[in-house]
Formats: sequence, C-alpha cells, structure tokens
Amino acid sequence: MSTAYLDNNATTKVDLRVVEAMLPFFTEQFGNASSIHEFGAHVSKALRDARKQVQTLLGAEFDHEIVFTSGGTESDSTAILSALECMADRDEIVTSKVEHPAILTVCQHLEKIGRAKVHYIGVDAFGRLDLEAFRAALSPRVALVTLMWANNETGTIFPVEGLAELAKEVGALFHTDAVQAVGKVPIALKDSAIDMLSLSGHKLHGPKGVGALYVKRGSRFKPLMRGGHQERGRRAGTENAPGIVALGLACELAGQYMAEENTRVKALRDKLERGVLETVPNCFVNGDPHDRLPNTANIAFEYVEGEAILLHLNRAGIAASSGSACTSGSLEPSHVLRAMNIPFTAAHGSIRFSLSRETAEPEVDRVIEVLPGIIERLRALSPFWAGAQKAAKDFKPIYA
Amino acid sequence: MWDYTDKVKDYFFNPKNAGVLDEANAVGEVGAISCGDALKLMLKVDPVSEVILEAKFQTFGCGSAIASSSALTELVIGKTINEALNLSNQDIADFLGGLPPEKMHCSVMGYEALQAAVANFRGEEWKDDHEEGALICKCFGIDEGMIERAVRMNRLTTIEAVTAYTKAGGGCLTCFDALEGLLAKVNAKMVAEGVLAEAEAYKAGGADPAALKKKTQAARSAENAGNAGRAAVRAADVAPSPVSPLAPPPKPLTNLQRIRLIEETIEDIRPLLKKDGGDCELLDVDGSNVLVKLSGACVGCQAASMTVGGIQERISARLGVPVRVIPAKSH
Ligand SMILES: Cc1ncc(COP(=O)(O)O)c(C=O)c1O
Repeated sequence: MSTAYLDNNATTKVDLRVVEAMLPFFTEQFGNASSIHEFGAHVSKALRDARKQVQTLLGAEFDHEIVFTSGGTESDSTAILSALECMADRDEIVTSKVEHPAILTVCQHLEKIGRAKVHYIGVDAFGRLDLEAFRAALSPRVALVTLMWANNETGTIFPVEGLAELAKEVGALFHTDAVQAVGKVPIALKDSAIDMLSLSGHKLHGPKGVGALYVKRGSRFKPLMRGGHQERGRRAGTENAPGIVALGLACELAGQYMAEENTRVKALRDKLERGVLETVPNCFVNGDPHDRLPNTANIAFEYVEGEAILLHLNRAGIAASSGSACTSGSLEPSHVLRAMNIPFTAAHGSIRFSLSRETAEPEVDRVIEVLPGIIERLRALSPFWAGAQKAAKDFKPIYA
Repeated sequence: MWDYTDKVKDYFFNPKNAGVLDEANAVGEVGAISCGDALKLMLKVDPVSEVILEAKFQTFGCGSAIASSSALTELVIGKTINEALNLSNQDIADFLGGLPPEKMHCSVMGYEALQAAVANFRGEEWKDDHEEGALICKCFGIDEGMIERAVRMNRLTTIEAVTAYTKAGGGCLTCFDALEGLLAKVNAKMVAEGVLAEAEAYKAGGADPAALKKKTQAARSAENAGNAGRAAVRAADVAPSPVSPLAPPPKPLTNLQRIRLIEETIEDIRPLLKKDGGDCELLDVDGSNVLVKLSGACVGCQAASMTVGGIQERISARLGVPVRVIPAKSH
C-alpha cells in the first residue's frame, strides 16, 4: 500500500545528508569542544561553522547571537524566564491564546505562582491577532511580549516584525516562537526589533532534541541553565556536537529549499485543499487565507469527529493529525480552534495535513482519493448529518 | 494514538447495525455535538414479549464511541427489555475486550442511551434534561443521576475517574465543589450499604489528608502527563474555593449586601476564568438579573454559555436565591 506522511508540523524526516554529517561526531570526532587538545579543536571548529549556518538562515547580524539549546521548548522557556529576570521592575507578559504549550504552560505556571500577570490576546475567526487588544495590553509594566511567528495547527502567520516594533515602544523585550516558520518564511533578524527567537531542529529535517535561541546583541539575557561556560555562559552543558552540526546543515539546506517550500510544496498544499473542498460538502479551511504557511492545510469537516477520520486515514496509509479532543486525551477541542471560535460542529472534526519538501504529489492525490469516502461513511453514521444536509446546499461559513 | 483492541477496531471499521431503524418503537438519544460525542439508539421491541428484535444506532464521535455503540446493539438484540436493563457499561467495554481508561465514557454513553430508549418505550420521560437532581457539569451537560449511576456501577472513588467515565469536570471544572461533594456522598452511601470499603471511599474537603494527598498527586502527575491530567490540575487549583453550592441559604439580604456578595463571587471566579484567557466584570444588578461583561476567551463561543452557567450557579448558591446572569453584548 502506498503511504502518505502529511504530519510534518509534528516532526520531519531527517535529511540523509544531515544524518551523514552528524555521524562522525559520535565516532572519530568525539572530542569535547572545550578541550585544548586536537580532539576538541576540530569539534570546536564544527560548532562555529554550524553557528554561522544558523545565523545565515535567520539573517542575524552576528553568529554569537545564536545559542544552541535542546529544542524549541527549552528555547521558549529560556526566553520567558530570562525576560522576567532581566526586567525586574516589570512583571507582565503579553502573549496570545493560540501559542504552543511550550509558551502557554509556562505563562500559566508563572501566573499561578504569582510571578507574572499574563495577557492572553485573542484572535479572530481566521486566527489573526486582535491588534486592538494587543495595543491595549502594552504598557511600561510589560517585561516581555512573546508571540509565535506561525501557528503549528493552522499555519496562520502573525506579523511579528511589526508587533516587535510596537513592543519596543513600551520598552518591552520581544520574543517569537518561530519553530514552525523557520525555513518556510524568509527571516531577516538583523533589521528587526525582535530580541529573541526560538527554533527547533526536528521541524526542518534535522534531529529531535536540538534547537537554538537567537538573542540579539545588546538585548538583556539571563541563562536558564547555569554551569560551565559553554555558549558564552548563556547555556551551560557540554555541547551536543552531533546535534548542533546536524542543525547547522539542516538550516543551510532549509535555506536552499525555501523557494521550493513556497512554490512546489505550496502548490501541492493548494491542490490538496482544492481537491478536498471540491469533493466533500460542508468543509472549510481553518486559518488565515492570505497569510499562512505554505505547507499547512487545516480542514474542518462538519458533523464528524476527528479521531474517527484519523483512524480511517491511518488505515489507508495516511498520517495526519487533528485538533480533536479525543486524540489527545483531553475532552475539549484544540485551544487554537476554540480561540478562533470555530463552532463545535466543526472544531471536533478538524484535520491538519502538513507537507514538506519530502512530500510527493501521489501522497496528496491519495488523500483526495480516499478522504471523500471516509467522510461520507462517517457522516452516514452521524445522527446530525441527515438533519444538516438541507443546510449543506447553501453552506457558506464566514471562515472559508 | 490510542491502544485499541482489535475488537474495538473491528467494530469501528465495520460497525454492525449502523443506520436508521424506521420501525423503531424505542429511541434513546444522549450526548451532543458540542460535547464531542452523541448517540442515537433505535430499538424495535416486540410489544408483547418485550424482546428486542432489532437495534440500530447513529453515532457522532471517536473510534471507541462508534465501536461502543455498535457493541451495544449486538448485546441487546434478542434480549428482553428487562434482560437488557441488566447490562452495565462494563459489559459493553468487556464485549470489546476493554477500552482505554480515558475512553470509558464511551461505554457509559451506550449505557445511558439504552436507559433512555427503554424509558421511551415505556412512555416515560427520560430525564436527560437535568431534572434528575442538579446539573453538575455545565460543559458536558452531566447531571447528578448519571454521575451517581457511573460511580456506583464502576465503583469510582476519584474525581479523575469520574471525569474519565462521565466527562463531568473535563471542561472548565467550575463544578469541582459539586462534583467532589457528590462523589463523597455517593461513596459514603456505598460504604453504608457495604459495597465499598471505608478506606477506599472518597472524602470531600481539605480536612481529609488522604484526599488532599490524592489531589496533589493528581496535580503532579497531571503536570507530567500534560493534557490527560488537565482536569486534575485544575481540580487541585480550585479546591480551596470558599464558595460551596451546598451552602445553606442565608437570611434576606439588603440590596447593598446582595451586590457585595455578587461582586465577591465574581472576584472568586475570575482567577479561574483568567487561567483560560478570559475574564468577567460585574456591570449592573437589576432585580434578579446580573449583568456582566465577559472578555477574552469567554466571549462569543459556546464556552460563553457554560461560563455564564457556572457564574450563575455560584452567585445563586451564594445568595441563596436564583439569579440570571446575562452577558452584555460587546463588539
Ligand atoms: C510552535 C512550536 N513551538 C514549540 C515546539 C516545541 O519544540 P520542541 O519539540 O523542539 O521542544 C513546537 C513543536 O512541537 C512547535 O510547533
């Protein structure tokens, strides 16, 4: 059976060139970068090269603005806690309701222990930030604004460069979780007001467990991990040399493939959406139709439940994911779709297909081929569908 | 994904008895689309022998919801109404070779649908509209009766288990006090009846160290387990709330006292709403109408109605008289 991996926002396949590049650092090049001898010097040089590769992809001014971490989650935590510690006279955080748990859970915890007051800015039906509420939340009490560059569930892009300027006006630090954006949208940090940016290796065909935090030169920073002097004292712990070398090459390759992401991959994504929307009644695309990642398609199917769809897709060899409650063990649909006010009739049946440069056209064709039948079968089972069919003809949701 | 048994998968992919039964003379409908699952059970019952001749179902829900519904139809066909009523939700789960603990509510949904269908056959009103004791969980529309049945039938002794079996408390958990009180009450009754050991019973309130410990453990494991234990974390958060819906009704209050109490109640709830990114502000009190401004996550969505329900319940309990909470139109 042919298979289709369309869950690249969850994780990507490591590029074989990346695998090859990292392997020697487990064997011959096993040295510690901090050592004075030849074993260490070679590794140290490899880390420098990797830092430059990440710097180039981010359009950063200096390579030492890149701090290697264990991934997106560590970068996010570091940024938030650093900002609060640096800005001792300020205790508010501005973020959004649709952030990844790596941000939201930390904010909720800080609120709970009384360490910070957090403003969770809402979004509209397309997942776009409520700019009015955002401006209203800004004040000289705000230590940090943290807003994601691109949403992992819908792909909706926040205009972070502009938002960072606004944050600057009140003297707040600005951090962005760009884990889903890096490699898919052009980034030029040199000319931006962004102080900190998180990225993760495994979302761009690098390995899991390695990532980076960009910290603009001159921006205030306090480390999360203390210990040795690695990463100029900003992230202690012997460097994960194989992972860092891999991340460097993954970033270089991501830069080379960015055009493809925005042409071939985007065309495949559009084909998938069109193919599904044309053949399946009562479904619509979640997210900002104008400013969205080129690889993400989040489609809501009314009157069916997401886990049921995924089980059928899985049996047909198709890997996707859902914002449905049932798959996660929680009882409510995704916080992102709830914040967007997607009606429950559709939020429970929302499926995310996320593509990558590894995606081939037959994979998309396979979805278009099997999905209509799956939805039809499940709707035949659904007690709500018969009653809704009349409404189906003039189905025009404001979200689509 | 879930670790479903082969039988669950088989009944999901090839459900038996799916569809509409036109000659049904016993129909039970439970759940709602907003809750993420719903089941319509249709039975054709011989009016004389009361044997269930045919059974069909329609289900909106996940894999285990569909499999449980189909299993239920297989279990009841050929049984008399009275025999069918002896089935428990555990029988449905057993038929399928077991369900993941978080999915037990799917079997309970099947059980509830069967009760509803039998009530319909007998011309009784199925009390799914929360008349069976108080409505406990507003998010999922779960009443006292259903929780008590699930607790008894499955010998549940923790809040997390009640949530897994009934979904009650799986949403905003403003119902924690009520849920806890009910679980303690039912467990106590079960102890008195000799069907539950004293040591196992859940005891409400911070007075009992064992219960407290259970809660902190739940919170800790929830922090590790992420979503799965979210309800439990919140449970621990709201436990010390001074407001109990079971508080005795106070003496008649002056208008000023009333407003002050309403203000206090809203202040008590706000941290909880804020945790979900929402907020609530008192605008006006007009007789028994309380006008509030909801903001953030509370606005507009279906969650608004459950938020309003929760606030209303708390204010009513605090004042000892029912009030209506009306959210002001914003935007
Ligand atoms: C937007 C976003 N932020 C953070 C993360 C966490 O990254 P990591 O898995 O590297 O910790 C992810 C991925 O799961 C993500 O999608």
